Amino acid sequence: MTLPLVARTRRRAELSLGLIVVAVTVGGYVLVALANGPQLPPDLYALLAWVFGLYLVAHLAVRRLAPAADGTLLPLAAMLNGIGFVVIARLGDASRQYHAQARVQSLWVAIGIGVFVVTLALVRDVRVFQRYRYITLILGLGFLLLPLAPVIGRSVGGGRLWVAFGSLSFEPSEIAKVLLVAFFAAYLVDKRELLTQGRVRIGRWFLPSLRDLGPLFLAWGVSLIVLAYENDVGTSLLFFGVFAAMLYMSTRRAVYVVGTIVLLIVGAYLAYKAFGHVRVRVTNWIDPWKDPHDKGLQPIQGWYALGSGGIGGTGLGLGSPWLVPDAATDFIFAAIGEELGLVGSIGVVAAFLLLVGSAYRVAIDATRPFAKLFAAGIATIIGLQSFLILGGVTRLIPLTGITLPFVSYGGSSLVANFALLAIMLRISDDTARNPAVHGRVAGEAAA
Amino acid sequence: MNSGIRRVGALMIVLFLALVAQLTYLQVGRSTSLANDPRNARRFLRDISRDRGPIITADGVIVALSVPSNDEFKHQRVYPPDTARLFSHIVGYQSIQFGSSGVEAAYSSDLAGRTFTLQAGSLADVFATKQPVGTVVLTLSKVIQQAAANALGFRAGAVIVLDVQTGGVIAAYSTPTYDPNPLVSHDQKKALAARELLLASPGNPLLPRSWAELYPPGSTFKTVTASIAQQNNVDVDKQFPVVDHLILPQTNGVPLYNFGKEKCGGSMLDGFIVSCNTTFAQIGFDLGETFATGIQNFGVQTAPPLLSGSGFDPPIVASTGPQPGTFALNQPKFMQAAIGQNEVAVTPLEMALVAEAVASGGTIVQPHVVDCVLDPNDRVVKRVGTHVYKNAIDAKTADTMRSFMLAVVNDPRGTGTAAQIPGVQVAGKTGTAENVPGQNPHAWFIAFAPADHPRWAVAVLVEHGGKNGPDAEATGGRVAAPIAKQMIETLLATPTPASRCDSSPPSTSSNGR
Repeated sequence: MTLPLVARTRRRAELSLGLIVVAVTVGGYVLVALANGPQLPPDLYALLAWVFGLYLVAHLAVRRLAPAADGTLLPLAAMLNGIGFVVIARLGDASRQYHAQARVQSLWVAIGIGVFVVTLALVRDVRVFQRYRYITLILGLGFLLLPLAPVIGRSVGGGRLWVAFGSLSFEPSEIAKVLLVAFFAAYLVDKRELLTQGRVRIGRWFLPSLRDLGPLFLAWGVSLIVLAYENDVGTSLLFFGVFAAMLYMSTRRAVYVVGTIVLLIVGAYLAYKAFGHVRVRVTNWIDPWKDPHDKGLQPIQGWYALGSGGIGGTGLGLGSPWLVPDAATDFIFAAIGEELGLVGSIGVVAAFLLLVGSAYRVAIDATRPFAKLFAAGIATIIGLQSFLILGGVTRLIPLTGITLPFVSYGGSSLVANFALLAIMLRISDDTARNPAVHGRVAGEAAA
Repeated sequence: MNSGIRRVGALMIVLFLALVAQLTYLQVGRSTSLANDPRNARRFLRDISRDRGPIITADGVIVALSVPSNDEFKHQRVYPPDTARLFSHIVGYQSIQFGSSGVEAAYSSDLAGRTFTLQAGSLADVFATKQPVGTVVLTLSKVIQQAAANALGFRAGAVIVLDVQTGGVIAAYSTPTYDPNPLVSHDQKKALAARELLLASPGNPLLPRSWAELYPPGSTFKTVTASIAQQNNVDVDKQFPVVDHLILPQTNGVPLYNFGKEKCGGSMLDGFIVSCNTTFAQIGFDLGETFATGIQNFGVQTAPPLLSGSGFDPPIVASTGPQPGTFALNQPKFMQAAIGQNEVAVTPLEMALVAEAVASGGTIVQPHVVDCVLDPNDRVVKRVGTHVYKNAIDAKTADTMRSFMLAVVNDPRGTGTAAQIPGVQVAGKTGTAENVPGQNPHAWFIAFAPADHPRWAVAVLVEHGGKNGPDAEATGGRVAAPIAKQMIETLLATPTPASRCDSSPPSTSSNGR
């Protein structure tokens, strides 16, 4: 099969950038081992084959199934994933607490790549989500509220966001994320005209009708339910934020911006008054040193880790990142900042910004309204989620327990994010291959 | 739709730039302060994760050591169980979460092998496979420390034994004490729980009472008062009236009673033997300003300046007394201070130093708990040594005071007869110190022995060990003196161990060249 020019350039970029990803990941793994003594890791070649193999599988799948898709998304996600793996392996090397996690993570990466390939293969046209939007909604809400179900619901660390079947457990809100963004896109594209124009005239003022604000209120309500019953500030904030952003992007009405801000403030106030765990997060944000050995331990240790890293970092394997509770999951960024320094932490932030930027570019280039809004929603959810946890770890904003996409340890998060990535590539490929739909050439920066 | 997407994208850029700004603030602006924050355990981790030398007693018992551990820290600090609680106040701990204390803190560099002499020594031993960690040898003896623990039992208090010649602390045991092992557990939750339990326990077990807590010394302080009087040529034969109380000046008739409202008086020696309050309050009044300056010669009002490497951690707390220049307005305070009450508050260690001053002929040497540091080949790389701290009194005064203190133990009227040991002359002074109204007084005894050729100075404090009431006078002698007696008996029965610090000092010629 010969690929068109744009596809060939993009795939070549994807492959060569991938080689850098493999070099960084395997190189990091070697450095971790060398920090302990002058021996190369015994499983070096196995890891090299594994990392290179997995990347190659993903690359070949894109080459076959979405050949004209953007060539930077996969390498960026893989780079973040690789850095995350190295840090998880490093923590596993240091402590029994994390020992099995690197091995498990490498399996989850493989499963994530598998889901990525399967998603690319099955979703040949993203409009399938548009067609079955209500099934998507019901599944999405179902997954979101699944942890509340008796028997299988599990509470971990105060938040009830897990379900378990025997020894297998996962975070269904991660899956819900994919489905709900798809539904939001379908719904908003449908009602766009209505939501853009509806207003009530009172005297000289045009105000939005209650029906216009309905969806915003609904999303707000669901978010508060998640907050109240699952104790999960992160997920709650993420869903509300993404919905509000998508509402704004589809309508561009200032009233939704105002409404979002007002509802956020009211919601935050109510949550602060009603829930002890929210108050703890706020007081911990303002002054974690008030309770340095218990509730403040994690944010303080996060700061110590970042500060001790300085500009250049201690070097991989040479710091003490395991002092930070949850260093492999929510606080993995503190471990990165300690051992790779400001250089590494800003590198990771830049990688996220590029990934999110590329995703917005895909959205802007997309020609079909649904695909456009879906892509913009995915870009927003990845961007907002990484900002929430990065801001929390650095104490820029109150901490909300949520994983860092592609980087943190954890299966459900990886699987969901790889699925989102596959959908991004599908939309990008679709845009590039059907340039004639609206008489535009893909890749052009047309507004 | 695109302009909306662009705006949300722009907002995302702003958010991420804020992250970059915050990261720069933390990793550049705050980097030094966060990295060096004493609560940041990373500071200690470098020391914790490497081998660390042992701490051993003068009689060769290992009281702290490092063993390999199969976790990220590579080494686990261990305080052997039979001496853990015995030496915790001296040795301290080296914890991941709470930092370090005691000799572990004061001698951290030596134990970790980071000092120049240890590093230089190991350069010469090119084939040495061991890390050049130092061994810290304490002046304390396990046998004597154990005797102090046995004698004190479950009572709160402190027992100090000093080597009169060197100033080395042979025993410094205080209760309540604690087991440092849970605090150094690598299981952070376990360590935290152990610390919280200690912080919540009554009596603050983490506090080394011997040198970091102040108590009214009661009548033991008459040793200081009598010394100052003789040093200032007060006539020893002057007769004081035999009364049961005197009226404090400047107070509209507030009385100062003798214990049990007994009548006493006579010469300074008579007053010293029966511990007569009225006599010594009068002496304090007669001394006036001289008293306030005189106590400074014993180290009161001035914390013993820490000789580098004395090993006390936390540092010795300064004992307090009346300030010079305040006598004119505070005559009653001076009179009460002269009998060890009111503004006088001392550490048990300070009272041991008072006994030492009399025992040694007037000189107080710097107290220290560490004797020396050895390198892996048992060569001495650092010796603390003997350093004069104060010249408290002259030899003549010391001689008279020795006879005074001997009389307290030997005279049938004396309050310290319980400290008599057949065949050995013991010199001492009792004290029964009122503290919080309604609480039993503290029981004190200070002593030195053998009186003709002093080797050891002893201070014993039993918190609230006395009794209020008519027999109060005897309680320091009844409760604390027997403990001092037991200590001296054990000291006499225990052969002095051959010090590992007396081996040849390090020299480069001993490296086989």
